[in-house]
Amino acid sequence: MAELSVAHLLGIKYLNRDDLELIFETAAQFKQVINRPIKKVPSLRDITVANLFFENSTRTRLSFELAEKRLSADVVNFSASSSSVSKGETLVDTVNNILSMKVDMVVMRHPHPGAAFFLSRAVNSVIINAGDGAHEHPTQALLDAFSMREKLGDLQGKRVAIVGDILHSRVALSNILCLQKLGAQVEVCGPTTLIPKYIESLGVSVSYDLDHTLAHSDVINMLRVQHERQHLRYFPGVREYSQQFGLTRARLEQAGHPDQVIMHPGPMNRGVEISSDVADGPQSIILNQVENGVALRMAVLYLLAAKQEVPAPAETPLSV
Amino acid sequence: MKSRALLTARSMEITLHRLACQLIENHGDFSETVLIGLQPRGSVVLQRLLALLESMGHPGVASGVLDITFFRDDFRRREAPLEPSKTKIEVLLEGKKVVFVDDVLFTGRSVRSAMDAVQSFGRPAEIELLVLIDRRFSRELPIQPDYLGQQVDSLAGDRVAVEWEGAPPQCNGVYLLKSTHGGA
Repeated sequence: MAELSVAHLLGIKYLNRDDLELIFETAAQFKQVINRPIKKVPSLRDITVANLFFENSTRTRLSFELAEKRLSADVVNFSASSSSVSKGETLVDTVNNILSMKVDMVVMRHPHPGAAFFLSRAVNSVIINAGDGAHEHPTQALLDAFSMREKLGDLQGKRVAIVGDILHSRVALSNILCLQKLGAQVEVCGPTTLIPKYIESLGVSVSYDLDHTLAHSDVINMLRVQHERQHLRYFPGVREYSQQFGLTRARLEQAGHPDQVIMHPGPMNRGVEISSDVADGPQSIILNQVENGVALRMAVLYLLAAKQEVPAPAETPLSV
Repeated sequence: MKSRALLTARSMEITLHRLACQLIENHGDFSETVLIGLQPRGSVVLQRLLALLESMGHPGVASGVLDITFFRDDFRRREAPLEPSKTKIEVLLEGKKVVFVDDVLFTGRSVRSAMDAVQSFGRPAEIELLVLIDRRFSRELPIQPDYLGQQVDSLAGDRVAVEWEGAPPQCNGVYLLKSTHGGA
């Protein structure tokens, strides 16, 4: 059967359409597996995965860890706050130390864009990017697209809006690249200060008016305002932001598309970018996204592991 | 790949009839029995058997199909990874008599994986194995069929293929696909 064209998952940029289809097909099978009474399969039983999180995360980290455990991989966790990074060790040294303890795959989140790419060139292991700064978050984009396809079928020609803090969002960039490879039309919407200059060069349309965007979109993907990455004030206040770009029931009703799909990659700030009645409403697939996240990450881990060669057994005799 | 016919459609039809009769002989009214086709090719044999059982007065025998891809022990050890198929088992197997149905029994590794995979659906009272074709002298594990269609002799590098046609499927014969490199 087909296999992935890449040896690492560094970003959506490096995947082609066939890779995306293969990942989605495999994820659909794993979704079946995790809905059984016994949710575990033994595929990765001889693999050890290190989860390196140099930045905080709940959902992604739990999701990866569950995916690894359901594939029977051994898992080691590492977070920057409790490590030697604070003692001045470089990234490559940290990872090489971990790899010399016979770890086969590395899942990494890092605050710096390009960290995963850099690491994939510097160390001899499979690298999965779980978010690098404001650059890419490939598994999130894949699970978003997978969830959309579950709901809408083929995404060819579908109109997807990404609303909110586009400037600081790695989810936005990965989503744009992924959706475009699947043939969807993407529109970004947000305050002028939070939309990067030249984003049109990616082939997306830009809107500064949420109601206008709502009127003609099949999917609305709401993003969180990333206060932790904002070192300037990009808008006058949270109240004003929520009045301009907060998704409310009234706004959805005014747009008049009851089959519009509402998504959010989490964590949600209820009452800021999305109101509670929308987040918990019938159009929301936010919790499906989380469920699909585990299946999709299982697919990614499985397909990347399949590309790895099994190391030859050591030539030391077992008995002397 | 060169191919040579091992068994004709006619003789396979007689064999399938015999296997269906043997199942009836051992399982009576099938109230405690679930037939499980091993994906992908066992599910075709299963369909044919279910149709035969129905024509012999046993309609609605409980059945399902099981995909074993994620349970195989040769993951990362094959040239090309396998494509997973659907698993569809809508009955609880706890305490049931399960019969695995497959087309060709070769090394026995798929059957071993199936025994692992089926645990996810409960603990069967017993598991039996039905295969159309047994490639004898090629087993790598201590696994033998309980219901056997035909035995064939082949080299390790060859492939034995059961061909089906139409829907509901009719067996078209069994072919030996000779590897052009002369064995493994």
